[in-house]
Amino acid sequence: MGEVLILVLRSRRFMIGAVLFLTVLAFGVIGPRIVHRDPFQMVGGLFDSPSEKAMLGTDNLGRDVFTQLMYGTGTSLLIGFVAGVVATCIGVTVGAVAGFKGGFVDELLMGITNILITIPSIVVLILLSIAIRSRSAMVMGVIIGITSWPWTARAVRAQTSSLKTREHVDLARISGYTAVELIIKEILPYMFSYIFMAFILQFSGGITNEATLSMLGLGPFQTVSLGVMLHWALLWEAVRTGAWWAFLPPVVFLTITSFSLMLINAGLDEVFNPRLRKS
Amino acid sequence: MTMLKSKFARYVLQKFGWYLVAFFIAVSLNFFLPRLIPGNPVRVLVSQLATGGVQSDALARIYDNYMREFGLDQPTHIQFFRYFRNLFRGDLGTSFMLYPGKVSDLIREALPWTVALQIPTILIGWLLGNILGAACAYKGGKFDAVAFTLALAVSNIPYYCLAIILLYGLAVHNPIFPVGGGYSFGNFPELSLSFFLDALHHYTLPFLSMIVVALGGQAIGMREMALYELTTDYVHYSKALGLSDKKVIRYVFRNAMLPQITGLAISFGTMMGGALVTESVFSYPGIGSLLFTAIRQADYPLIQGCTLIITVAVLLANFLVDIAYGYIDPRIRAAQLGER
Repeated sequence: MGEVLILVLRSRRFMIGAVLFLTVLAFGVIGPRIVHRDPFQMVGGLFDSPSEKAMLGTDNLGRDVFTQLMYGTGTSLLIGFVAGVVATCIGVTVGAVAGFKGGFVDELLMGITNILITIPSIVVLILLSIAIRSRSAMVMGVIIGITSWPWTARAVRAQTSSLKTREHVDLARISGYTAVELIIKEILPYMFSYIFMAFILQFSGGITNEATLSMLGLGPFQTVSLGVMLHWALLWEAVRTGAWWAFLPPVVFLTITSFSLMLINAGLDEVFNPRLRKS
Repeated sequence: MTMLKSKFARYVLQKFGWYLVAFFIAVSLNFFLPRLIPGNPVRVLVSQLATGGVQSDALARIYDNYMREFGLDQPTHIQFFRYFRNLFRGDLGTSFMLYPGKVSDLIREALPWTVALQIPTILIGWLLGNILGAACAYKGGKFDAVAFTLALAVSNIPYYCLAIILLYGLAVHNPIFPVGGGYSFGNFPELSLSFFLDALHHYTLPFLSMIVVALGGQAIGMREMALYELTTDYVHYSKALGLSDKKVIRYVFRNAMLPQITGLAISFGTMMGGALVTESVFSYPGIGSLLFTAIRQADYPLIQGCTLIITVAVLLANFLVDIAYGYIDPRIRAAQLGER
């Protein structure tokens, strides 16, 4: 474990990614707890440019962009996190059960998974979002999570069906472990790194999916997220009128967040797959 | 040879079966999910008319008329059956916001723009991305470090983020390209050189913003595949034999390319969401912009029409890629038919 930690800390990609991500996290999660400002309070007019009063100007309704950015980052991270947790939990459960049981259960679960992979998830997301009227940030996270697990399930299944033939699993089996115990104690720990990386990808995908849905006008209600900010900026033609402060901050934050998560993932990949480490 | 052919036919048939099931599920979701919306959309529509000062008995007649028009006066299972029947007739219902405009007509107008934007972007992005990925793996060193990090950076930007930056930088701040639309105001879609050039001018920014991101994603996948291939015996052997670098990299490229065909199939599905928003960023007259307006106006028949056409397009593209893959790689066929 110590060896892995040293490798992780020595990976430049991982460190840069982690520093960037922690900065965004601190800004979006700790920031609002320090400033205690209402992101919906009007402080100026339509698209006021940045000034001493409003560091990043105001949006289409005269609200402070900096405050919106802070709260919006928090919401986007929350949605991405919830989506990541939900998708990873479903994906790991389905994948592990299918891979471990094999036979009919495997074919059934993988049949469902493969069908869900071919149906574009954005379509299901749009349909679910218009069907659910009161979309809180939590609900959105769950919706995104339940539409994006199939990839994880497929990968976990492949790993499980190869891991279950190992000797230590057989040993545990003849010592009387039940199937659930075998999966939890003898199989999942061996692909922990893998599951963690899948979670990071799902987390990043969740943030992107939130932004996509929100930009189409299906964002969370009564709260601000990076996608919601972009939706209003687009609708009120901030880009074409040159009000860069209304759209550039959320664009930059979305980009930095997903880039940092990608760097963390690539760094971990190098640590866990020595093949990719090139001197 | 005939045996081979029949095996391939069986493979195609089996794939077709799976896609048919996927299609049925997708269409069912498309039918049932919007029906979960609380309240009656027609009542909302009619009450919007009421603010225009229409008489109440006239409103009741309009209400009945709409209920029949949208088929909402029937029980759900009959609606479901009708929905399928109409689908195969190419009838996707009537739009709310452009009543009595047909959804299928609106989609027919928008679809060519989306196809013209998406297909070239995905194919060219895929090809260039694979070349870049292979080059990263083979060259290594500084080139790899820079190109790979760049690919990581762009591949994870949501498409529309780059679209917004390009739109602001190259159309608003430095007005080199038009600020949106598919062609200039006052110009009409026709087969002429001037229209083509005008459309191309409008095409550049949406194309660029999508291709850079697509390219990055494919490059990452290819790099990993090629790195793996480079450690295989045949590469060591070829090198020991003294084959030229060029020849070795060609072998590596061909072998690593095969699994990347799946990457192509994935692109069709995953690029969709970002591509839809990119269209609305540029007010490009495709399905994405149509969907954007439909959602804003709560035009459910039009939303359903858009999601349906997107699903069909993605399923069709995936099916074709699957068939091509099975044709190129006999191992895939065998695995699918349960022979391995």
